[in-house]
Amino acid sequence: MGLLRYESQVRPPLVEGDKDYHQVTEDICRPVEAAPSRLWWVGFLISVGLLIFGIVSVTMEVIYGTGQWNLNKTIGWGWDITNFVWWVGIGHAGTLISAILLLFRQGWRTGVNRAAEAMTIFAVMCAGQFPIWHMGRVWDAFFVLPYPNSRGPLWVNFNSPLLWDVFAISTYFTVSLLFWYSGLLPDLATLRDRAKLKWRKMFYGVAAFGWTGSTKHWQRHEALSLVLAGLSTPLVLSVHTIVSFDFATSVVPGWHTTIFPPYFVAGAIFSGFAMVQTLLVVTRKVLALEEYITLEHIEVMNKVIVLTGSIVGIAYLTELFMAWYSAVEFEQFAFFENRLNLNSPYGWSYWIMMGCNVLSPQIFWSKKMRRNLVLTFFMSILINIGMWFERFVIIVTSVYRDYLPAAWSTYYAPTIWEVGFYMGTFGLFFTCYFLFSKFFPVIALAEIKHILKKNGANYKAKMTEIENEPLEEFVQKHGHDHGA
Amino acid sequence: MAVKKFITGNFYDEEVLFPAVKKARRAGYRIHEVFTPFPIHGLDKAMGLRDTSLHTAGFIYGITGTATAVGFITWALTVDWAINFGGKPFFSLPAWIPITFELTVLFASVGMVLTFCYLCQLAPFVKKDHFNPRSTDDTFVMALETTDKTNEEEVIAFLNNIGAKEVSVEYRETGWWLGRYDKDRKVFHKD
Repeated sequence: MGLLRYESQVRPPLVEGDKDYHQVTEDICRPVEAAPSRLWWVGFLISVGLLIFGIVSVTMEVIYGTGQWNLNKTIGWGWDITNFVWWVGIGHAGTLISAILLLFRQGWRTGVNRAAEAMTIFAVMCAGQFPIWHMGRVWDAFFVLPYPNSRGPLWVNFNSPLLWDVFAISTYFTVSLLFWYSGLLPDLATLRDRAKLKWRKMFYGVAAFGWTGSTKHWQRHEALSLVLAGLSTPLVLSVHTIVSFDFATSVVPGWHTTIFPPYFVAGAIFSGFAMVQTLLVVTRKVLALEEYITLEHIEVMNKVIVLTGSIVGIAYLTELFMAWYSAVEFEQFAFFENRLNLNSPYGWSYWIMMGCNVLSPQIFWSKKMRRNLVLTFFMSILINIGMWFERFVIIVTSVYRDYLPAAWSTYYAPTIWEVGFYMGTFGLFFTCYFLFSKFFPVIALAEIKHILKKNGANYKAKMTEIENEPLEEFVQKHGHDHGA
Repeated sequence: MAVKKFITGNFYDEEVLFPAVKKARRAGYRIHEVFTPFPIHGLDKAMGLRDTSLHTAGFIYGITGTATAVGFITWALTVDWAINFGGKPFFSLPAWIPITFELTVLFASVGMVLTFCYLCQLAPFVKKDHFNPRSTDDTFVMALETTDKTNEEEVIAFLNNIGAKEVSVEYRETGWWLGRYDKDRKVFHKD
């Protein structure tokens, strides 16, 4: 046991049990190599069912137009854009975990980053559906791209936040996908080299791109990961900032605020981590990966949740204060009448948002609660309900009664096709996640091995013994001469 | 096709591998490649590999993205078809920052990943040789090159001596799939 890598013994281990490299490979590859369980099939088929419902709903919308949704002239965005912002927000945790925490050298990210990144990609795929199908004439969707056309060429409006969104979301999707897949290459190579069945050899052989794990490849791979992390960090922040610009650059009361970018980004991380919890609390149990996704991981993520939830809470209060302080009667009406007033048509949604996002996560100040899996799962669902209502509140309560009372409208309820579309994206998301958890290792194998000797429980135990040795003995045993 | 002989030492611990790599180079052996299941920081230095310039490539791609965005939008909105959006100036640079930023990131990332795949010769359907399939699991494989003059027993004894748990002699057809880093390798200086 050398002193190649060192970490404070105060930190709890990130890999539990007496593991060596081979054991790590076995544990993480087992769910991929085993036949799918009955539970997997049930979950997968439910997801596919939801996906089919979504496809039917979207087909109805394409045939009959957005009139199939209960939108009206005043409320043009309703559920559809609420869902879009919600899914994009969820899609922020993965890249945050893999990029920002990589730069901050947070060892615990290795246990959860692969699944979180996959989740990010699927969430962004779901998010993208909403603006695309909302276009109505979806066969003209390519009009949003600046291509030389026969209309002049008439270019797209590069000054419009809606076009910024097109660039932000598509860039985010591409970069997340590249980051995720380049990280997967070594792990796919492991699966390829372990494969016994012919189709597995073929499939992982193609998917692993011929990865060998040579030192030169690792050197370039490390450089690539680091730079991609550096690029993704501002990218994550930019994406939800730009989504918030869709609202903040308008002059609608309730939207026209400078606090939106940081508030949206904090909310995105908040809901993204909640979704990671929802998935991982179940995944670690079903795939028996409790020793890799430990209670420690769950607790750390709950800490992020209580932090970002509180940031979001402060943003809500700041908004209220600014509405009052601005002395603009329209702003005050939007906040104090349309939102705060429980008896107004949508007052209830504001209070659901407040309850789920600001009050409920405060329970995580208690360590015991942070380590309670059932509560964590319950809270993660509650938070995402709250975050959905946040977007609903922002969109609907701002526009349904704005400047002109003659144009006021109440958005009664979504139609079945509107709900079906939303359910369909759940179907898409979980279908992808089930396939991912079946065919790809849900934990970054190579990265776990990289931290094993530093953060593994058995290695940490050995280190503690060594550290307690008297100084002279320690120097004699472990001191070295730099190869002289 | 020419067949080349390699002698591989399989190590089970990176802390044994590290000094072994140094010893092999000091003893004058040519290390063809070291295959490891996970990145080992400093091993590239120990092997005397040059630093990668992938970062520089990324920077150049990024700048290209910035220039493309600013250049194209400027041309489209001021020269080609200037449109008056709410009385704002045609050249409204602040409003172009988001797209400029996104394209910078996009160009840098896509460019770097493609360059990475090109340099490492990675692509779907590519098959490459890494001597021991367990090198993606738990074994660290050091492959030494041999020539006609190499004394096989001596090399095997040397590898056993520096901590290899298994030693084997491998024959491979020469070709790009073996990877070549001759240009990359620096002369070993005793420090």
